[in-house]
Amino acid sequence: MGLALLDVRGLRRSFYGVHALSGVDLEVEAGRITGLIGPNGAGKTTLFNCVTGVVPPDGGAVVFDGVDITGWRADHIARAGLVRTFQIARGFPRLSVFENLLLYGDRQPGERVATALLRPAEARRREDELVARASAIARRLNLVRVLNDPASALSGGQKKLLEIGRVLMASPKLVLLDEPVAGVNPTLAREIAEHLRGLVAEGLTILLIEHHMDTIAQLCEHVVVLAEGRNLKEGTFAELAHDETVQEAYMGRREWDPLRRAAGR
Amino acid sequence: MENYVIAMAVSAGIYALMALGLNVIWGLAGMINLGAVGFFAIGAYITALATLKLGFPIWAGTILGTIGAALVGGGVALLTGRLRGDYLAIVTLGLAETIRVISSNMIWLTNGTDGLSGIPGPLRGSLSPTQFNLLYLGVVAAIVAVAYLLSERLAQAPFGRVLRAIRDDEQVAAVAGKHVMGFKVRAFAIGAAALGLAGALYAHYTSYIAPDIFVPLLTLYIKLALLAGGLGNNRGALIGAFVVVFFLESTRFVIPYVPGLSAVQGAALREFLIALLLLVLLRYNPAGLVPERLPRIAPS
Repeated sequence: MGLALLDVRGLRRSFYGVHALSGVDLEVEAGRITGLIGPNGAGKTTLFNCVTGVVPPDGGAVVFDGVDITGWRADHIARAGLVRTFQIARGFPRLSVFENLLLYGDRQPGERVATALLRPAEARRREDELVARASAIARRLNLVRVLNDPASALSGGQKKLLEIGRVLMASPKLVLLDEPVAGVNPTLAREIAEHLRGLVAEGLTILLIEHHMDTIAQLCEHVVVLAEGRNLKEGTFAELAHDETVQEAYMGRREWDPLRRAAGR
Repeated sequence: MENYVIAMAVSAGIYALMALGLNVIWGLAGMINLGAVGFFAIGAYITALATLKLGFPIWAGTILGTIGAALVGGGVALLTGRLRGDYLAIVTLGLAETIRVISSNMIWLTNGTDGLSGIPGPLRGSLSPTQFNLLYLGVVAAIVAVAYLLSERLAQAPFGRVLRAIRDDEQVAAVAGKHVMGFKVRAFAIGAAALGLAGALYAHYTSYIAPDIFVPLLTLYIKLALLAGGLGNNRGALIGAFVVVFFLESTRFVIPYVPGLSAVQGAALREFLIALLLLVLLRYNPAGLVPERLPRIAPS
């Protein structure tokens, strides 16, 4: 196709002889939400880790926005515009919510030692810009009241929102979200799904790992199924929900309720 | 007595400078450094050798000592970049001990365990001891003030924010687009520079250094200063340094009033008292006297 924003070819990675990924292909088209599903241990998070430079792949290629980024350092990949979240809302508990957001801002002259010491006008202006952007993102995600609280004081749901907010601060082209609604209440799950939909409408591209099938059904135009480190199937959610191989991979039996229920909506 | 008080103030200033340096490495970036005294020794030996053997002026030797300690610090961070927590603690502890053993055995250069004496001090020959002490106190106070202001700028800038982020989670900091290793090396070098500068100031003040001055206990005192003052903030580092020097010195006056103690027992009791004072202090102020505070930023 050649139009894909992210193009993963034959990605391989093993841990002590266990093949977590044995040749996975994945294309993420720009401007929409692609879902990545599969049973536990399918290699979804390892795929994220290999794509984002957190874990180096053993083989295969990752092409992002026309550039081969295979084996790049995590910080280079992030600065190229490919930013991810983590499955368990990780972050910086001893930084304030505001600082968590500001940290992800791109182009920060004040991170250089000399600039930090001399504090020239240019660095202060950039910090003001980032404060304005962080404020806007906080308003959008309903985090304004907790901006100056330590991130450790947030509720589970607010932590999920902060994860999304941090990623947005980096002005990314592609966002990899690892279970953005896991463990949050249904109302907030719908709210987060709305946020994601809104962001895609504004031009963002999202690749989403999620076990919550309702969210996948609602959001994803295209869904990729992994199982045991390999591509199993891909297509629309409706196609996959009735696919026998997908159901077998998930539960080892033909009729898996959550998939069918979500497809029936 | 007044000379004693001035000398204690100078030593508190040197402790404060060390605490500021260790705060960048340990307090902000979260890298455990049990070898602080090693960088202190590097600064002291470099300036002592440069002034004694090469005839450098005091200021030039001091700058050399500071740079030397910073370079070794940056190198240590590069070598140990992947080590965390306990492992980094062991390596840095080993490094400081290695420096002490080398300085004891490289007799042709360091004069071994006899140490180096006659290290010049600024205007020492033309001033009375009290005048010299006062002059030196002024110099140390000015240097500590400048170091404090620079540390504050670093801590409050985005640079400090990245260090505190690395302290919380290195991997997430990398995903946030930060070159973690680069920041660790810089933080370690900056902190080591302050430690080295403190060592150089010590050498020119006392005019004598020897390996047995640079024992791990000194590192622990600086760590205690940071814990007592409040880890992660510069005001805490300053206050903690003064508290620790005050504890160290005030216990000296209490011991003679305890009857029936030999000198050795007295010295041991002193360490007990210092430990007790710090335990009480931390029992009531678990985050130190000046706990780290998050910056308040106004949304715009």
